[in-house]
Amino acid sequence: MLDALTLVTGVAALLLAAWCGFAAYRDEPTKDWHFIGMAVVTLLALVQLVVGTVQLARGEEPEQGTTIFVAYLLGAFACVPAAGFMSLAERTRWGSITVAAGGVVLAVLEVRLYDIWGG
Amino acid sequence: MTAVEGKRTRLISGPGMLLVWLYGVMVVGAVSRSVVQISTEFDHAPLAYSLSAVAGLVYGFITYTLVRGGETARKAALVCCAAELAGVLVVGTWTLVEPSAFPDATVWSDYGMGYLFIPVLLPLSAIYWLRKAGTVKP
Repeated sequence: MLDALTLVTGVAALLLAAWCGFAAYRDEPTKDWHFIGMAVVTLLALVQLVVGTVQLARGEEPEQGTTIFVAYLLGAFACVPAAGFMSLAERTRWGSITVAAGGVVLAVLEVRLYDIWGG
Repeated sequence: MTAVEGKRTRLISGPGMLLVWLYGVMVVGAVSRSVVQISTEFDHAPLAYSLSAVAGLVYGFITYTLVRGGETARKAALVCCAAELAGVLVVGTWTLVEPSAFPDATVWSDYGMGYLFIPVLLPLSAIYWLRKAGTVKP
C-alpha cells in the first residue's frame, strides 16, 4: 500500500515538475490549473503521511528508523505547498521554475522514502 | 511592505526566488540530518556530523540574507557563498583524499554528489546572481 503510494506520488511529482517546467519554457507564471495540480500532488503526499502514520501505529517498523521516516513524510508533505506559495510571490517564469524544482525535490524524497521504509 | 524595505535591493525577484527555494531545501536537509545524527549517533562520525551542522547554519544565513535583501545583506551573502564554495571544495577533496576521517557522509562529501551536486552548483549560481543584482540598480 505504502510502496504503491510512494510510486504514484513520485510519478505525480515528476509530472508536475514537467508541466511547470513547460510553463516556464513558454515564459508563463503558474496559473490556476497548475495550482490544482499542486493540490493533487499535495493531497497524495497527505494520504501518504496518514497511511505511513497508521502503519507505524500498527507497530510496523521502517528499515532505517522511525524518526527519519516521519521527518521525510513531513518534508514530502510540505515540499510542494511551500514552492507553490513562493510561486504566488513571484509571478514570472521563475515562479514556475521554482515549482518545477519543488516537484523534482519531492520525487527525490519519494525515492528516499522507499529506501527508508525498506520496500 | 514598509518604506524601509522598499529601499533595499530586492534579492528574491526572478531567479532569486529559485535560489531561496533551493537554499531553503538545503537548510532543511542539512539541519534536520545533522540534528538526527548528532542526537542519536554523534560518536560514530563526529567530524562529519559537525560539518553537516555548520553547512546547515551557513545555508540558513544565506537564505536569510537573500530574503532580507539590501546592499549589506548582498555583500554578506556573497562572502557566505564564497565560504560555502570553499567548504564544498575543501571537504569534497578531503573526503576523497582521506576517507577514513569520515565514517559517514556529510552534506559536502564528494562535492555534494549525494545531493545531485547541488551543494557545488548552488554557490556558483548564487554568486553570479548576487553580482548581477549589485550592478543593476532599481
